[in-house]
Amino acid sequence: MNSQRNLLFFVLLSSSVALAQTATQARPPSTQPDKGHPAVHVEQKHEDAGSRIFQQNCSRCHNTPEGFSPRISGTVVRHMRVRASLSMRDEAELLRFLNP
Amino acid sequence: MAAQNTPLLSGGIGFFSATTAGQTTYLPIFEPLLAAPIGPRLLIESRAVLLESFAPNGNGLPGYNHSHFIGLTYLQGDYTLSPHITVVGGSYLIPFNTYNDRLSPIWIGNFQQGPLIANLGTESTGTGTGGMLSGSAISRSKYSLSYNAYFSSRVTNSYFQAKRSTGGRVSLFIPNHGLEVGLSYNRLLQGVQENFYGAHVWWEPVNSGFQLRSEFARGHHAQGYWVETAYRTQAFGGFDSLIGRIEPLFRMQQTFRRDDVVSDGLPPVNTQIADFGLDYNLPHNTRILTSYSREFASTGNYNIWQTGIVYRFLTPAWKGK
Repeated sequence: MNSQRNLLFFVLLSSSVALAQTATQARPPSTQPDKGHPAVHVEQKHEDAGSRIFQQNCSRCHNTPEGFSPRISGTVVRHMRVRASLSMRDEAELLRFLNP
Repeated sequence: MAAQNTPLLSGGIGFFSATTAGQTTYLPIFEPLLAAPIGPRLLIESRAVLLESFAPNGNGLPGYNHSHFIGLTYLQGDYTLSPHITVVGGSYLIPFNTYNDRLSPIWIGNFQQGPLIANLGTESTGTGTGGMLSGSAISRSKYSLSYNAYFSSRVTNSYFQAKRSTGGRVSLFIPNHGLEVGLSYNRLLQGVQENFYGAHVWWEPVNSGFQLRSEFARGHHAQGYWVETAYRTQAFGGFDSLIGRIEPLFRMQQTFRRDDVVSDGLPPVNTQIADFGLDYNLPHNTRILTSYSREFASTGNYNIWQTGIVYRFLTPAWKGK
């Protein structure tokens, strides 16, 4: 009985993991928010806004620098604020995007 | 938050070679940039250049001569006065059109050589010493409007040479179309006072890999324009694939003299240059720049071949815990 229960638990667990992985892989990098989870919604919205601001302001002039330290992300954004004439709101979104 | 505001060291290290009308020059170059926040509102930033130039002796003499140059490109303090106003003081890059303050770092420019009209409206040094107001006047999701207004005093010391001048720039950006248009103005306020007018149009359709950048500038004695296109394809695995890293380029530029006074750094006769480039964007912030250019002028036509490699670094100014 115990072994059957263990087997059932293992099958259920495996199925859940497999389903979760499939769902993650199948989901496109959509900008559609998850309506059921306000926190996810807000986070996704900020990421989208930050990504858009990065593409529109930073990538317009130069390639995206690879892998810089999070210790300088605030300085990078403040520098970009002057160089790209970012608004204060865009500066905040960009900082959140670079340092989620 | 404070940990994110560590001062940074950035910049580019490059090695360039150029063969102009059969004469080859070599140019190792180092352009460091420092940005250091002081408190929540003040940022100090500076860029310098260190280079060594190797050129043939000329006049039929064998061998090469070399010279070096070390200098500060700019050193400015940026104070965030309000969400829409940043006050800049010190030695700053003159915001006339787009090349001087946005595209001139060696790790940004697509071509090794800047455009012929780069000196128009930037007082030949490219920098002003004084004050500037800049910022985003309006920022909406469908458009944004940015501005710069500056006054530069006359400085004759060798570190921060500048001319007495004033001017400004206004740019409108429409993000959905990737379109930016702007107008620039500069007035020289010493010696023979002259006006310079500029206009720029950039079109970079979103997620297309295509860039079109162009500028027009008109001075008292000459005028000219350049149009540059670049393209990276995503069709073979994205921008970071072997093919996606290739970036073909084309730039057309022309200058026209309005009179015989050659005081602006532009060629003494009407000149046209067609530049064909092929850049390769390697991983780890490294770019290979190559180009072939043909210059046409009444003084003679000749070829310019250029190759170079640039590494861009971006790191905290000191080691963290």
